[in-house]
Amino acid sequence: MLARRRWRFAILALLPVFLIFAYVRIYPIADTLRLSLFKWDLLSKNKPFIGLANFRELFGDRLFQDALFNTTVIAFGVLVITVPLAMVLAALINYRTRSRLAGFYESAIFIPHVVSLVPAAMAWKWIFDARLGPLNAFLSWFGVPAQAWLFDPFWSVVCIIVLCSWQALGYAVLIYLVGFKNLPVSVYEAATLDGANEVQKFWRLSVPLLKPITLYVSVVTLVSGFNVYAQAFVLASDAQGAPGRQVRVLVLDMLENSFRNYRFGYAASEAVILLIIVLVLTLLQFGLLRERATR
Amino acid sequence: MTGKPATVDQPLPRPRKRAVDWLIDAILVAFCVLMILPLVFLVANAFKTPQEMLAWPPTIIPSDPTLDNFTAVLGDTPLLRWIGNSLLFAVFSTIAILATSAIAGYVLGKFRYRTTNVIFAIFLATAIIPFEVYMIPLYFQAQSLGILNSTWGLLLGYLVMSFGIFLIRQNVIHAIPDELLEAARMDGAGEMLIFFRIVLPLLRGALGALAVLAFFQAWTAFAWPMIVATTRESYTIEVGLALFQTGFTVDLGRLSAAAALVLVPSITLFALLRRNFVQGIAATGIKE
Repeated sequence: MLARRRWRFAILALLPVFLIFAYVRIYPIADTLRLSLFKWDLLSKNKPFIGLANFRELFGDRLFQDALFNTTVIAFGVLVITVPLAMVLAALINYRTRSRLAGFYESAIFIPHVVSLVPAAMAWKWIFDARLGPLNAFLSWFGVPAQAWLFDPFWSVVCIIVLCSWQALGYAVLIYLVGFKNLPVSVYEAATLDGANEVQKFWRLSVPLLKPITLYVSVVTLVSGFNVYAQAFVLASDAQGAPGRQVRVLVLDMLENSFRNYRFGYAASEAVILLIIVLVLTLLQFGLLRERATR
Repeated sequence: MTGKPATVDQPLPRPRKRAVDWLIDAILVAFCVLMILPLVFLVANAFKTPQEMLAWPPTIIPSDPTLDNFTAVLGDTPLLRWIGNSLLFAVFSTIAILATSAIAGYVLGKFRYRTTNVIFAIFLATAIIPFEVYMIPLYFQAQSLGILNSTWGLLLGYLVMSFGIFLIRQNVIHAIPDELLEAARMDGAGEMLIFFRIVLPLLRGALGALAVLAFFQAWTAFAWPMIVATTRESYTIEVGLALFQTGFTVDLGRLSAAAALVLVPSITLFALLRRNFVQGIAATGIKE
């Protein structure tokens, strides 16, 4: 009787949340998968099932290839900068955890992660600006000629990587700090007795012991790298309204196919590619974690 | 602050250790200053005259501070309205996420039946899917509900947060003993009463951390507002700013002023809620 009432409460309480969740998550996810198999153009009357034709077209599409390439370079670029740097910074902050400045370190590195994307991107856009930007002015001290960073096909991608890394770093450092605080003290004491110095302890103990954290941070960084959009949007348009060189990224290409070309089925197939990338990365993480655990 | 493994029993002689500490502090301070410098410059630029903007090296404290940029930008754009839109969106989203996470987290943590376990598995399985993947169908749902270009339309994408449900569930499991709930049931308390009078107060810390995360998530949202709020009156501040900065006649001073108006409140809020924030973010990395 009591048990039955409890079960009823659980179901009744959970039901509304589940219905909302189903409506705003499960249904649109399923709909993305469905749309990707249809020729679903807003302007045409019939929207026939075309199987995998969208995907076939996608892989011959220059713009999509561009977007996929740029996005991949950005995601891995951010990863390569962020993760090692975050680990070293976290080690240093952890070492100086008793310092009066520890709070300042944490906040200063973390603030770029929490502030709104667009204003922060605007600050960087000014830094990279060809005529007014401090970067060119700074480099001119060393005799480096002024560059139109945001207009160069190579440098504009680098600029986005720098901006994204600047933002991603705070999160990674924070997670590493939690990791460092949870490391077993006894192992380090033993290493100290054996005469290991701090650098050796970092390489031989911290790096291997923190591997699960490194794996997690790497996947999170990569996944958010693959979703890059606002950064590219802001940096790509020139401050004076001149058409900037657009760095095509996946989400941008997707939105353009939907809201400029009205090809929603085609855009959905791009979304499915994004989904597959994220799933593969996540499975990879779990796979590597399990491999460690069984060894 | 329990373990500081790296500093136990320093083998270094004292003066050398001091030197090393000092060096590390110097590196960290330099790096941290570099990290916040772009934002400091942005705020400084907002107060500069066009002449000073071009000065090299750029000044951090404007020599001749002016509010012209602010008055100009407030005259050009409905910036305050955009901020209001974002604020409304973020507050509603926070409330919705707190409510759904508290209920679902509690039920999934303390009522283990086959049904609830299945639902938990569904939440878990969809958690990793990025918003960008399914936002186009969601856009059509908003359209068919007739809530495009409104706070409700924005809200549709931000009613639930999988991570919020996990965070609360974790807390319920660790912080609320079954005995406490059983005792209340013995005393004849109904399930509703138990949830509101016992469970919610015990979750205050976790809900606080979640609230900060949810608020900032909505406040900084970009792709979804970009497609859902497409009239000038309904822009969120992020979208408004992003489109404003592509304008033809906009100068750097006004851009910086607009950006500063958005940044300063969020940095202040962060400074006030830093503990909550760090706690919440740190929890995202803790795995079972």
